[in-house]
Amino acid sequence: MADALLRIEGLTKRFGGVVASDNVTLDVTAGELHAIIGPNGAGKTTLICQLAGEIAPNTGRIHFGGRDITALPVYARSALGLARSFQITSLFPDFTALDNVALAVQAHAGHSFEFWHDARRDPALRDPARASLERVGLAARADVMVSNLSHGEHRQLELAMALATKPRMLLLDEPMAGLGPEESIRVVKLLRELKSDLTILLIEHDMEAVFALADRISVLVYGRVIATGEPAAIRANAEVRQAYLGEQEAVTVPGAGHG
Amino acid sequence: MIDWRNLSADWLDARKLASNPPNLRNAFVIALLAILALLPIYSALTGNYFLVTLFTRILILALAAVSLNLIMGFGGMVSFGHAAYLGIGGYVVGILAKEGINSGFVQWPLALIVSGLFALGVGALCLRTRGVYFIMITLAFAQMVYYVAIGLDRYGGDDGLTINKRSQFIDAVNLSNKTVFYYVCFALLLAVVYLVWRLVNSRFGLVIQGARSNDRRMRAIGFPTFRYKLVCFVIAGVLCGLSGVLLANHTSFISPAMMQWTRSGDLIVMAVLGGMGSVFGPVVGAVAFLLLEEVLSSVTEYSGIILGPMLLGVVLFARGGIDGILKDHSRG
Ligand SMILES: Nc1ncnc2c1ncn2[C@@H]1O[C@H](COP(=O)(O)OP(=O)(O)OP(=O)(O)O)[C@@H](O)[C@H]1O
Ligand SMILES: [Mg+2]
Repeated sequence: MADALLRIEGLTKRFGGVVASDNVTLDVTAGELHAIIGPNGAGKTTLICQLAGEIAPNTGRIHFGGRDITALPVYARSALGLARSFQITSLFPDFTALDNVALAVQAHAGHSFEFWHDARRDPALRDPARASLERVGLAARADVMVSNLSHGEHRQLELAMALATKPRMLLLDEPMAGLGPEESIRVVKLLRELKSDLTILLIEHDMEAVFALADRISVLVYGRVIATGEPAAIRANAEVRQAYLGEQEAVTVPGAGHG
Repeated sequence: MIDWRNLSADWLDARKLASNPPNLRNAFVIALLAILALLPIYSALTGNYFLVTLFTRILILALAAVSLNLIMGFGGMVSFGHAAYLGIGGYVVGILAKEGINSGFVQWPLALIVSGLFALGVGALCLRTRGVYFIMITLAFAQMVYYVAIGLDRYGGDDGLTINKRSQFIDAVNLSNKTVFYYVCFALLLAVVYLVWRLVNSRFGLVIQGARSNDRRMRAIGFPTFRYKLVCFVIAGVLCGLSGVLLANHTSFISPAMMQWTRSGDLIVMAVLGGMGSVFGPVVGAVAFLLLEEVLSSVTEYSGIILGPMLLGVVLFARGGIDGILKDHSRG
């Protein structure tokens, strides 16, 4: 496919005896929202970590925007426009929400070997950061310390930070994990808006959200992609039903936490 | 765990000073600065020159503690070998003096450059490690320098070397004059505090603080954190090298003892005691620590028996150090 923005070829990652990624081959087309579903421990997070550059695969290649990024460090991939959010919230707890997002803006505003001017009063950083907070609905909490924000707010902030890097592609690792129904609806709405400007790889256990949002879905089981296709096809796929969707009924009880 | 909350370094924030009613913390800083500024005058009036000598030493080590706190408090890089830069700065001055080069215009820049290069080498290796390993490797490098100094027979080896002449600048700045030297140290300390304060609030400073808070996330949002931390490590090394230059001039003597590991420990204690959350905290810590040490050592040989538990108390009950205590009392 010529217009694949992200192209994963034969990615394999072993942790001792566990094969977390088993010859994963996958294309994400520019502009699509591609969801990855799969049971706990299927290797979804491990896949994201390899795409982001935190974990080096044993074999396989990753191409982004036509470029082989398999050997690039994390920050260089971010510079190319690949942004991720974390399943387990990863923020700067001793800074305010606005500081957090402003750092993400700063990371993509040239080098930071600037030693003199107060970065917290720099509109070139603060204004886009505020806009990003606004977008996820956190504007009113801009000056609150992250350690004093709620879990739902942390999840929103995760998204705001990823967005603030002005990415071409978002890698979202369960952005709705642990959110209440109202907060989930808000995130679904946001993702729907983002879909028009961004390519998104979405990992999510909330099947309602996944089937509502995804252009295509890949199913990962024991590190292997057992099916890729449009939502209707995945829903109808017998192997998927057996391997995953059937047992998922029990898992998606509201409030059932995972990971 | 250390409490990293008070990051804003607002000890020196003029805006806050102007907008807030005077509080205990600001009053304390202003009082301390006033005392430090007027001390030589008091000494001249009373003829007590010992005070000037003692406080010159305090100012110099305060500068070293401020430089350590830049990497430790703001960058989360706990260096247990920071005294090495005191030694390096001092030895460059001492060696040059011994070889007949007394010009401060040569000695000082060279001392800072050598300190910076050493920091660059140490940092390039240490910053690939974390936590206890980082602490141990910085200590190991400092010990290496310590033993190298012992091996320098030409420069006194274990016994050290007396410096016959303090660094020579223009006639107007005669460092051999105790009062002049005191004010040079005071001015340099203030300049360094101001510089570090600007730095920690700049883009660079936020990267350093972000890397301390969550290095993984910093890289994920696109920062090559290693190079920023390395530059910060070098800046701290250079600043501490300056402290070493001053120390050698102050005592007119260099010896390996300048960079004994216990000295590195003392610098950490000063920063923790004063408060790592602010730029000025370590100055308070240095004054408190060295004054206590002075007083206690005149009473007992074992000042550590009292200083140790005190420090433990600070770490356990007042995590922000003296600065933190003052800040808490300033809120009400
Ligand atoms: N660093 C690691 N070391 C060893 N094993 C690991 C490591 N990271 C993940 N694994 C294993 O790899 C497998 C895949 O884990 P991963 O976290 O990618 O699953 P996941 O699909 O994200 O699960 P969840 O839905 O619970 O988030 C699991 O069996 C896990 O135990
Ligand atoms: Mg996961």
